[in-house]
Amino acid sequence: MNAFAIAFVEFVVRLAGWLVLAPLLPGIINKVKAWVGGRRGPPVLQLYYDLARLWQKGVVLSTLVSPGFVAGPAVAWVAVLGAALLLPLGPIGASLSFHGDVLLLIYLLALARFCMAWAAMETGSAFEGMGAAREVSYAVLAEAALITAVLALSVHSGSVTLVTMLTPAAGAGAVLLAAGLFTVLLAENCRVPFDDPSTHLELTMIHEVMILDHSGPPLAAILHGASMKLLLFAVLLVEAVLPLGGLSRLAAAGALAAGVLVVTVGVGLVESLMARLAFRRVPLLLTTAFLLCLFALLVAWKGGDA
Amino acid sequence: MNSNVNLLVGLAIGLNLLALGSSRLPSVIGAVAVQGMAIGLMPLLLESDFNWIVALVAVGTMAVKGFVIPVLLRRAMRTANIEREVDPSIGFVPSLLLGAGGTIAAVALARALPLLPEHAGSLLVPGSFASVLTGFVLLIGRSKAIAQVCGYLILENGIYLFGLLLIRTTPLLVEAGILLDLTVGVFVIGIIVDRIQRAFDSLDTSKLTVLRE
Repeated sequence: MNAFAIAFVEFVVRLAGWLVLAPLLPGIINKVKAWVGGRRGPPVLQLYYDLARLWQKGVVLSTLVSPGFVAGPAVAWVAVLGAALLLPLGPIGASLSFHGDVLLLIYLLALARFCMAWAAMETGSAFEGMGAAREVSYAVLAEAALITAVLALSVHSGSVTLVTMLTPAAGAGAVLLAAGLFTVLLAENCRVPFDDPSTHLELTMIHEVMILDHSGPPLAAILHGASMKLLLFAVLLVEAVLPLGGLSRLAAAGALAAGVLVVTVGVGLVESLMARLAFRRVPLLLTTAFLLCLFALLVAWKGGDA
Repeated sequence: MNSNVNLLVGLAIGLNLLALGSSRLPSVIGAVAVQGMAIGLMPLLLESDFNWIVALVAVGTMAVKGFVIPVLLRRAMRTANIEREVDPSIGFVPSLLLGAGGTIAAVALARALPLLPEHAGSLLVPGSFASVLTGFVLLIGRSKAIAQVCGYLILENGIYLFGLLLIRTTPLLVEAGILLDLTVGVFVIGIIVDRIQRAFDSLDTSKLTVLRE
């Protein structure tokens, strides 16, 4: 009974950690962008204020929409949270771990994307259909890269369970894998070379266009889900590269936090120093990410029996 | 020592893909130059005891492939006023995928070959096949003469990598001769590029299909 209580408390703490810490990342990115641009920028906690404000507002529903318009963001939010709980955090492991849970992680992320696209299509607006089409067509390539990266980790560690896959370092292919996963992170979270999160020009945006007609609590769920997805990818990238499993709990937590901070600042720097790519150049970059992960897979495969 | 060589071959393979994926001629030329220097360094790493002739050939290769040939190509580009876009006839994504598939096939092929045990763990053979394939893709899939020259140079780098397997037995004079031929070839192509540009007002080799007196 006591062990069960401890496990329950740990689960709640972990859940709260994911929920509370996630909106910090977009704040840090915006602070870095403001710092590079020589501005003061919004406060780091801006997204928390936005979420609180949105949560108190009412929802505007079009007469066209079915319940899917509200259910989509909710399901997507729960799916991303479930995927986050599958991810192990260094030596303390995951709250839920079983043989082959990495497949569930990938499918939960895909489910979240499907629900977002579904909710966007519900509005019947041409713009949002366009945004959903763009999001999904980029996702085809980004998902191939992500699956290849996971395959590389799986071949390297000889396991399909996230806890054992992420415990050792990625070995010789770590640099390739890190570059590939960072590009996937940028694409999946609609950051700069792929999409500009601060633009509100309908013809160029991708993720932002899908949520144009959402308001109130569903919009808050979407924004919070997006920040959790960013944190999830950052943690996955750091754990794939650094051998956190061998460290003590405190050192692992410090290394994980420092790694996530480095990734976040990196995203901010990319966002300030690069322009977004033209649409027809995006597949080339995503193919490059796929190839980086593919070569990491090749290194893992060749290194495995050499 | 072997791991250093493998690192350089890995760099060369990465540069192959960079040459396939970049849309600007100067970056293709830069990739070829860096690849030539990386490959020129290898004889020094492969020979365990220092040898004057090997050192001389290595320095010569690095100087010619890293500096002389890129300078010739850039000068040809400048005098002929070529636009810097590559104009692929096989798109960038398909050529990247072809190159990556070729590299993986080269790794698989090198495992199947009956190599000497001392070469079995090295990346030299897959790297050489991958470079040759990349050179072919560039030769077929680019329509500008300069990009085709770059493809030819990558092809030659691949052959040079394969030749490194025989470094103990091939007279280095042969390597020096090949290097000289290569330089003269690129020099001549630099002149021809200028002539093509003046005669046809374009460097698109796909227009050069008819023979006339």
